[in-house]
Amino acid sequence: MPAFETFLQSIVNGLVLGSFYALIALGYTMIFGVIKLLNFAHGDVYMIGAFVGFGVLSLISGVVGAGWFGLAIAILVSMVAVGCLGVIIQRVAYQPMLSAPRLSILITALAVSLVLQNSALSLTDGKYTAFRTDLGFGGFELGRLFISHQAIVLVAIAALLMIALEFFVSRTMYGRAMRAVSIDKDMCRLMGINVTRVVAITFLIGSGLAAAAGTMAGAYYGSIWYFMGFLIGLKAFTAAVIGGIGSITGAMLGGLILGLLESFGTQISWIGSEWKDVFTFAILILVLVFKPTGLLGKSEVERM
Amino acid sequence: MISTAKLAAAGVVDRLYATFDSPRRQMWLMVAIVVVMALLPLVMGRYTTTIMTNALLYVVLALGLNIVVGYAGLLDLGYAAFFAVGAYSVGILTVQFDWNFWLAIPPALLAACMAGVIIGGPTLRLRSDYLAIVTLGFGEIVRFSARNLEITGRASGLSNIPEPSFFGYVIDSYVDFYYVFLLLAVMAVVASHRLYHSRLGRAWLYVRHDEDAAEAMGINRVRVKLAAYVTGSVFGAIGGIFFSVNLGAISPESFSFEQSVLILMAVILGGMGKIPGVILGAFIIILGPELLRELGELRLLLFAVIMLLIMLLRPSGIWPERRN
Repeated sequence: MPAFETFLQSIVNGLVLGSFYALIALGYTMIFGVIKLLNFAHGDVYMIGAFVGFGVLSLISGVVGAGWFGLAIAILVSMVAVGCLGVIIQRVAYQPMLSAPRLSILITALAVSLVLQNSALSLTDGKYTAFRTDLGFGGFELGRLFISHQAIVLVAIAALLMIALEFFVSRTMYGRAMRAVSIDKDMCRLMGINVTRVVAITFLIGSGLAAAAGTMAGAYYGSIWYFMGFLIGLKAFTAAVIGGIGSITGAMLGGLILGLLESFGTQISWIGSEWKDVFTFAILILVLVFKPTGLLGKSEVERM
Repeated sequence: MISTAKLAAAGVVDRLYATFDSPRRQMWLMVAIVVVMALLPLVMGRYTTTIMTNALLYVVLALGLNIVVGYAGLLDLGYAAFFAVGAYSVGILTVQFDWNFWLAIPPALLAACMAGVIIGGPTLRLRSDYLAIVTLGFGEIVRFSARNLEITGRASGLSNIPEPSFFGYVIDSYVDFYYVFLLLAVMAVVASHRLYHSRLGRAWLYVRHDEDAAEAMGINRVRVKLAAYVTGSVFGAIGGIFFSVNLGAISPESFSFEQSVLILMAVILGGMGKIPGVILGAFIIILGPELLRELGELRLLLFAVIMLLIMLLRPSGIWPERRN
């Protein structure tokens, strides 16, 4: 039954794609939660994460090889380094803008995105960089269905990171503070919560997750380039909105749903791969028109 | 450190602007600028004139987006879509159907109005951030469609768009197009000014400040917001129409998200809602990277850093609207 196998293969592809979307969407949603900023530079943070991971892997591959162990170190180092970069970006570019008109901070975020993109562009001459690993091409075969080891491990790492985040947000002191800040910043300040530190931690974690996704995507697809963050950043944002922006579970759910929808979308003959991205944005618009708060978002009264 | 610099910069700059805040002085300044610009092609070479033409195109586009963002307070991240609708309408009608350029303009404007209603209609109820992202999605849909449809020439776009002739005079040299765009920019300034002081302009202002209060005052906010989208899209389409005949060829990549961002940056860098500010912003966006051209690859990076600094030092733009 080839149709059934195509169906299963689509689920596998959708899960891998969806894990990447979900990891990036988490950063969008967390940052939006605490400072109500659409961080347009987030996709580029993901791209920088891929390049840092690549750099680390090239440095250490002589010692520990470019297998799973090397990749794990690369992911960890990239997460920490890019997490710190996220905090620096927040301090330098967003913190001074918090009392400015909302559009200005959005433009600042776009400017940061341009800075990151053009830094990577001038360092790499705009060429694709091959991201080589020794992971091989092994995997399971179930009938004609093929699941690579990479796909399994990447989805597992993504799931692990998301579970860790969920634990952090729901159980720890800082997680609780983060949720409180997202509800009422001024009240938190009055109650003695160090809001600045909570915002910094949010950027640290959000950017770190994007860096992990970037490094993993580099290893999975085999090449990285300076513009890789743009479209995936938009898609991750779409995922965050589908799930309900500001909701962490929503971001994960939205990422998986979007990954699966896209994966199935390419199988439908009248959509095809050419129209894949149109399909994504059409879904986004439909969700927003009929359910503006997303699947798990709360309705909110807002005044500009 | 930044705050001291900020205060010093704001002091000097504000005093400078205060000098030009009287309407009469502004009018004379504008007339003087237009006269100087009309004489410029006599001394500028081809390269400079072409860049100035591009800057004038951006003045038209930025003033159009300014109506949506600056006047009505609706964030639009897909403005290049309207630009594309104008350019492609004329491109398709003249290349695929052999229409005369001037005859193709009314359907192109009609298409832009329809695009304005299509994007405006369902999104009017949305919050500002969602609105931003829906307009972004709409912009991407237009570009992907242009890349995949047969009639728009797919990825390679449309070429050999015929040059328009005006009572027998063929508009084809780069100087001709410089004057065409100068005329369009002046018309856009006048139209923006008239709109700002019209009844509709005041309605936009109220809706931007407080939507609910405006509604309570008897303003039909749906109609007012739609009017902003449609007016903005007409400006964008006019820019696109003349852009397509100036280049003679269009491709989907001219209408990317980056294009929308650049136009938005012109509006916000200059100062939202303020006509001279927006014009200044458009010139900075086009001339800035050109002036830095000697730096090669690094120029866009440096440009982005400078833009970041401008936003940090003057969050309301270089020449903002005065609070009243």
